[in-house]
Amino acid sequence: MSVLAVRSLSKAFGGVRAVNDVSFELGRGEFLAMIGPNGAGKSTCFNIINGQLAPDAGEVLFEGKNIVRLTPREIWRLGVGRTFQIAATFHSMTVVENVQMALMSHNREIYRFWRPAAARHRERALALLAQVGMREVADRPSRALAYGDVKRLELAIALANEPRLLLMDEPTAGMGAYERYALIELVKRLVVERGISVLFTEHSMDVVFAFADRIIVLARGRLIADGDPQAIRDHPQVKEVYFGTGKAISPGAVP
Amino acid sequence: MTLNALLFQALNGLSSASGLFFVAVGLSLIFGVSRIINIAHGSLYMLGTYIAYSFATHVGGGLGFWGGIVATAVLVGLIGGLIEILLLRRIYRAPELFQLLATFALVLVINDATLAIWGPEDLFGPRAPGLRGAVELLGRHLPSYDLFLGALGPVVLVILHMILARTRFGRLVRAATQDREMLGALGVNQTLLFTSVFALGAALAGFGGALQVAREPANLATDLTALGDAFVVVVVGGMGSITGAYLAAVIIAEVKAICIGLGTVDFGLFSLNFSKLTLVAEFLVMAVVLIARPYGLLGRAQATVRTIAEPEEPIRPASSSLTASAAVVFALLLALPWLARSSPYLLVLGIDVLIAVIFAVSLHFIAGPGGMHSFGHAAYFGLGAYGAALLVKWCGATMGLALIAAPLVALFGALMFGWFSVRLSGVYLAMLTLAFAQIVWATVFQWEALTGGSNGVIGIWPPPPFDQANTYFWLTLVLAVGAVLSLRRLLFAPFGYAMRAGRDSALRAEAIGIDVKRVHWLAFAIAGAVGGVAGGLFAFAKGSISPETIHVGRSIDGLVMVLLGGIQTLTGPVVGATVFAVLQDTVMRQTEYWRALLGGIILLLVLAFPGGIVGAVMRLVGKARAS
Repeated sequence: MSVLAVRSLSKAFGGVRAVNDVSFELGRGEFLAMIGPNGAGKSTCFNIINGQLAPDAGEVLFEGKNIVRLTPREIWRLGVGRTFQIAATFHSMTVVENVQMALMSHNREIYRFWRPAAARHRERALALLAQVGMREVADRPSRALAYGDVKRLELAIALANEPRLLLMDEPTAGMGAYERYALIELVKRLVVERGISVLFTEHSMDVVFAFADRIIVLARGRLIADGDPQAIRDHPQVKEVYFGTGKAISPGAVP
Repeated sequence: MTLNALLFQALNGLSSASGLFFVAVGLSLIFGVSRIINIAHGSLYMLGTYIAYSFATHVGGGLGFWGGIVATAVLVGLIGGLIEILLLRRIYRAPELFQLLATFALVLVINDATLAIWGPEDLFGPRAPGLRGAVELLGRHLPSYDLFLGALGPVVLVILHMILARTRFGRLVRAATQDREMLGALGVNQTLLFTSVFALGAALAGFGGALQVAREPANLATDLTALGDAFVVVVVGGMGSITGAYLAAVIIAEVKAICIGLGTVDFGLFSLNFSKLTLVAEFLVMAVVLIARPYGLLGRAQATVRTIAEPEEPIRPASSSLTASAAVVFALLLALPWLARSSPYLLVLGIDVLIAVIFAVSLHFIAGPGGMHSFGHAAYFGLGAYGAALLVKWCGATMGLALIAAPLVALFGALMFGWFSVRLSGVYLAMLTLAFAQIVWATVFQWEALTGGSNGVIGIWPPPPFDQANTYFWLTLVLAVGAVLSLRRLLFAPFGYAMRAGRDSALRAEAIGIDVKRVHWLAFAIAGAVGGVAGGLFAFAKGSISPETIHVGRSIDGLVMVLLGGIQTLTGPVVGATVFAVLQDTVMRQTEYWRALLGGIILLLVLAFPGGIVGAVMRLVGKARAS
């Protein structure tokens, strides 16, 4: 059984069909990239899967359970981690406290009113930070981090609830080429170790073709291709969308 | 009651609706463009009534009245423009809490200026020349002036619509409402636009106030009453929507008018006096609208930001020096009754300070780490105070029981009001909390049979041994220390962390499984309960409680205390409350114009010391360490 199955997903905003009858599956341990030009419907699709948007039609099955109309909170509880396109942290907390916060929530300790939070799950949080190479800055204020470090911290937070599926919306947006490779390499290593399945959107094609096990391509709200990197490279319609006639940027596909 | 009578009341309601509309629409326009909630809007309205009174009585006749109304609108518009140029222009980039406080400082200054110019007495204006009569309608007499007012609302609505739809100014206003940054990037002179919009909004408020001169006396309390009404209208109608403002004004005015029209209705088993339920009805309308449409009938979701002055330092457990100085202060306070034997007044001051500390710390709990800038914390102080006082008065409860009930009553109120409030954020939350506090205040004021109305409840003295100042001081001290330490403890517990996480980034907090609304609701309720403790202690300390002690002013005092000390620090509210309470009991007692003085302090704080006392001290210490 696939970890994630998206079936005939559709969503329109006014007259614009942002996502139109999209279906795909994600197998266990797979590293799946979702690509497409601006306005292809990637973000909409993503926000439906993570519970921020309700689709007009279709279903999203996580391990066989329909998660459409669940809140982001409930979806997270089921074992789905996520990172955001624009990374941000809880800026009034230290780096390690950010991870501890996720661990406290995971262990259902939010409604504890007396014993201090500072020592809770600190060891576990430090271990997670060590895995993303941030052990040394654990006690710094998180707002003082460089952007690349914020991205890594976000990854540590996303791993805190031991997710079986990780959703990453443009994980390398705003990063330099070297950092980009380093981050995706890190993600890939961590998820392979843990057998986590990953769905990520990405603009930088070099990263996608270097790391993704499989790629799906959206254009104007429709899924136009689904296959391994080689198959996508050779796919005529993908070539057209990316390099060809410019049809993808016709009315109705504005971001 | 007959159908005719109901129709008659409905017509009557339209004239009130126009008044509500004039004051609310300016507020809404100004917010749309500048993103500033002008708390002083009610004051401009009040100024309108006073200025129009002067025109009508000094110039006299039709010119003095009708010409005076137009002149008043222009004059108040000019005052508004001046306020924008001198004050608001400096704080457009400041955190919204500071903007709210700065405009509240204006309320205080304008109120005292009005007092100085026109005196404390209510001033009755003349009837409108040419419209003194009444029209016979549905077998009753409707004053023709009311009819005129009722028609004027829609006329102004249409004119405003035309201005917004047809003129370049209107296009700019609409563009700024949608995307201010983009408009600036397009090279539009925003400075001029902001000033003119503020002037227009002020002129509308002045116009609305001026029109009232023939119906109601000019009164110094109008500023906050009008503001509370305007907030309810704007929240119901939707921020930035002119039609929404009119729609909401009509709905609220009609609901009130019909409640009054229904009067006492016999339901067989019991009878209900609807005319006493106008406030409850207003609250119900607001509640229903907010549940169905959180941004009002015709409003749209705003990108809300909970800003704070500067990025906040992570909280750390108290340093050894802080613990040591806290212990010293506590020991000194314990010994105060002996130290102060020669000046018993010190103990009274001490009790005032401690009550202020409890109040400020409870407000800081939600306003600082919770990011919920409540402008109505006085409601919970009031519920606590009245809860305790009424239990003593009507049930003969002991002080112990009353002091236990105080936080429970406040908790109940905070749970109810908080449920709505946490659904909103930023300025919406500020307005809603203020409106709720107005409702509590007005209920206490109107429900004379239970609360004694404006006279309040008297004779709530503590029994022995607490009838001595020193024992009561100790009791207050114990409760204050308990409140401060418990709330601090909560902030360091997972719950406090979750509350901050929800403030720092609600989206992210939800994405790691935190139910932000629930956490903030609970925090709101806890803060309300602790505020109730302060209220209960206050009632017994003064031996009485009256509506004026739980008015909006107290909510604002709390915010000033929190900001004075420094909102981003945990010791800030304690220091701020102490300094403020001492100032209030000493300096402000010396002058009749303490409001203007307080307004001056607030403006100084906002413009010069946004970090508060503790923030300034910490910066100094930081600099000393760095060098």
